[in-house]
Amino acid sequence: MENSKVNFNQDRFSAYLKPCSQGLKASVPIAVGYIPIAITFGLVAKSSGIPDHIALLMSFIVFAGASQFVGVNLIALGTNPWEIILTTFILNLRHFLMTASLSLRIDPSVSRTWRFLIAFGVTDETFTVASLQKDKTLSPFFITSLNMLAFLAWNAGTWAGIFLASGLPASLQASMGIALYAMFIGLLVPSLKESRPILLVVLISIAINSVLFWIPLSAGLSAGWRIILSTVLAALTAAMIFPAGIGGDKNE
Amino acid sequence: MNELLLIVIGMALVTYIPRLIPLLILGDKNMPRFLGTFLQFVPFAVLGALIFPGILSSTGEISSAVAGAMAAVLLAWMRLNIMLVVLGGIGAAFIWALIL
Repeated sequence: MENSKVNFNQDRFSAYLKPCSQGLKASVPIAVGYIPIAITFGLVAKSSGIPDHIALLMSFIVFAGASQFVGVNLIALGTNPWEIILTTFILNLRHFLMTASLSLRIDPSVSRTWRFLIAFGVTDETFTVASLQKDKTLSPFFITSLNMLAFLAWNAGTWAGIFLASGLPASLQASMGIALYAMFIGLLVPSLKESRPILLVVLISIAINSVLFWIPLSAGLSAGWRIILSTVLAALTAAMIFPAGIGGDKNE
Repeated sequence: MNELLLIVIGMALVTYIPRLIPLLILGDKNMPRFLGTFLQFVPFAVLGALIFPGILSSTGEISSAVAGAMAAVLLAWMRLNIMLVVLGGIGAAFIWALIL
C-alpha cells in the first residue's frame, strides 16, 4: 500500500509537476524581458489616448508584442479597422511557421484541447525557448507553463504601465530593451558551437534579413514579412544542403 | 467605442488562427522528410532573423546596443546560464550608456 502510493506520487511528479517547474524556470528570462516592454506598451497606449480596458484586453487576448504596438499606433491614427486587422495578420503570420515546427516536438497523442491551449501562448520568445530544449518531445505541461508565465508577465507589465506609469528610470528602461535579444543570443550561441548546419542556417537568415532591411527596394516590407522570407529561404537552403537535418554534418 | 472592441477581437482572431492551424493539422506521422528537415531548421532561422539587425535599435542607441550584444555573445559563448546572459547584456548596455 505504502509503496504503491509512493510510486503513484513519483509518476505524478514526472508526468506533470516536473515539466511544469521546468517550464516555469525556462520562462523566467522571457518574463524579465517582457515586463519592461509591456510597461512601455501600457504607457504608449495610455499616452495615445487608447481606453485602458482596450489596451488591457489587447494584452489579454492578442498577446503579441510587435502587433500590439502597431495596433495602438494605427488606432490612434484613426486607421481603417480592416487595415489594422490585416496588418496584424501579416505581422503574426510567422507564427504559422513556428507552430508548424513546434508540432514536430509534440507527441501525436496530445489532445486537441491541449493544442488549442498551447497555440494561444506561442510567441517568438516562447517558441524559441521551447524549441531549443534538448528533449525531442516536449510535454504539453512544459510548454503551457512556459507560455503561461510569459503571458502573466506580459499582462502584469501592461497593468503596471497603464496604472502605475513608469516606475523604472528611463535610462534603465532603454537598456532593458536589449533583454529579449540577449536571451535570443543566449539560446542560439551554444547551438552554433555544436552544429555546422545550424551555423549555416543562422548566417543565411541574418544575411537575407539584413539585405531586406537595408536595400531600398524592400524598404516597404514590414518586419513580419522580412522574418517570414528570411526564415523560409534560409531553412529551405539549409534543408537542401544538409538533408539529414541539424545534426547533418556529424553523420556524413 | 464599440468599434475598438471589434478591432481588438479581430486582431486576436488573426493572431490566434495562424498559431493554431499547424498544431491541429500537422503531426509527426506522414510528414514528408524534406518538410520535416525544413521545419527542424526553422527555429534557428527565426532566431537569426529576430536578432539581427533588430538588436541594433533595441536600446535607442547603436553603440550601447553593440556593447550589450557583445557582452551577451561572450557570456553565451562561455555557456553561462541564460539569466546571466540576459543580465550581462542589460548591464553592459546600461553601463555603456552611462559612461558616454
